[in-house]
Amino acid sequence: MTGVTPEERMAVTASRLLADNRVVFAGVGMPLLASGLARRRQAPHLTIVLEGGIIGTRLLPGRLPISTNEMRAAYGAPMLTDISDIFLYAQRGFFDYGFLGAAQVDRYGNINTSFIGDPDSPKVRLPGSGGAADIICLCREIFIVTSHERRRFVDAVDFITSPGYLTGGDSRRAAGLTSGRPAAVVTDLALLDFEPQTKQMRLRQVQPGVSVAAVQEATGFPLLLGDDITELPEPSPTELEMLRELSGEGQDNHER
Amino acid sequence: MTAAQAWPDQEGTHRPVVDKQVSAREAVSLVRDGDHVAIGGTLYSRTPMALLFELLRTGRTGLTLSRPLACHEADLFLACGAAERLVTSWVGIGLRWGLSPVLRYWVENSLARYDEWSHLALGLRYKAAAMGVPFLPTRTMLGSDLAERNQAQRVTCPYTGEELLAVPALVPDVAILHVHRADIYGNVQVDGYRHMDVDMARAARRVIVSAEEIVTPEVIAAAPGATMLPHFTVDAVVEAPFGAYPHECYGRYEADVGHFDDYVALLREHGPDGARRYVERNVLAHQDFDGFLEAAGAGRLRELAEAARELVP
Repeated sequence: MTGVTPEERMAVTASRLLADNRVVFAGVGMPLLASGLARRRQAPHLTIVLEGGIIGTRLLPGRLPISTNEMRAAYGAPMLTDISDIFLYAQRGFFDYGFLGAAQVDRYGNINTSFIGDPDSPKVRLPGSGGAADIICLCREIFIVTSHERRRFVDAVDFITSPGYLTGGDSRRAAGLTSGRPAAVVTDLALLDFEPQTKQMRLRQVQPGVSVAAVQEATGFPLLLGDDITELPEPSPTELEMLRELSGEGQDNHER
Repeated sequence: MTAAQAWPDQEGTHRPVVDKQVSAREAVSLVRDGDHVAIGGTLYSRTPMALLFELLRTGRTGLTLSRPLACHEADLFLACGAAERLVTSWVGIGLRWGLSPVLRYWVENSLARYDEWSHLALGLRYKAAAMGVPFLPTRTMLGSDLAERNQAQRVTCPYTGEELLAVPALVPDVAILHVHRADIYGNVQVDGYRHMDVDMARAARRVIVSAEEIVTPEVIAAAPGATMLPHFTVDAVVEAPFGAYPHECYGRYEADVGHFDDYVALLREHGPDGARRYVERNVLAHQDFDGFLEAAGAGRLRELAEAARELVP
């Protein structure tokens, strides 16, 4: 088996967070790989929901979707509905987990996918929220999955597209977001969570061979440190094999 | 946003049960300069491309386009100067194709506006208008800068005292959809997911539908559960096989990702002007959408249709 890529490490780390008999709101790419892997391994009754209106997708190995709204995303699903309906299931509280990526994320888990620079005169107009703001507001446990870079982990996001813990403490609840919570941040360097009182990002575990100093170096704000920072276990041969079978390694997923 | 702007029309519409089948050219004459056009489907799924290409041929200007997630069609309208405002939650083809340089150029230089709402907030805006009410309460987007930037107001629940976000109704002048089948009266069916098509159409003042097939009313009545819009919501019906190409139509054909690669290569070579060149080559160079499909090649279309059949029950 060839070396483990940073993407595979993230997908495996994220997949281990998913328990059986739960419902996960996934997006394409890493979240879908993590969810698909969890279904093959420890969570065979995990229901994968996608924002295109798809409930219970099974995924065709080697033909993973590029969009959450396309036929490949719907493969094997027992139910198809419309987009608003999917998010209204989330608002009703049916979805246990939600996955998000981030162009920028701050210490309170606030995410920006809208603007780099001043929103009125942006340096870069990013694509936008899509369903991200809805997922972070409406799902129960939120997992942020992104590569760990200083330009992403910023002291203050330029714009809050998707509200995390806002300014920490009780501010998320005070804003009216009473149900869900950012629960973990999964990166190619570490697994982090949020300290329960201040709601600041806290380092819990590092990826194999990564030092605490290296994680801090790649983060644009001071990280809280957990009590006993251990190393995450390497992806097992079984996990890697399942993951690679799913993504169709050796073929390009996207070409026909 | 004032209440008056947000309030949907309630004067009623009188759409007689008549043959509404027209050509794409006649259908898009329902769109006027400055209209708000809502585009059915999402991203590269069931985009009404045949009608949108025809709309580009008319040279309309000052359009606002709204859509759940906007794909490369939004680029084309910006690059031709047809649209000056987008109302959506996301713009791009997909992550592997990167940021849209067309969106970046037009919005970063203040040549066009992009009003960003969350996916659900946009859906509820159509739904409010579809329900005939001026707003809907929701928990989404609370605490975000999106709410503030859009001046979305809060509302207090008169029963529980809870604070919720009130998203204003969005009333398109015209909704343009592509579907699997319709009869000549405008009874409309789709297979698979419905995106936001139903709310969007019911919210809109005028509705144009293109269909892979025009079928008899008996075919529609044989599967009434698949009917998503009744005739009295629809103004015009256009026959357009492969009418979403190069985007996908559920169960009929997959999206042509090679076409996206070629489009993005054009943008890489010419910058934002690549989108205008794309329109010249793929829209204006042809008399109609059939010309574009012929250029794509029957073999290519057959491959995409075969690939789609492997993915549906």
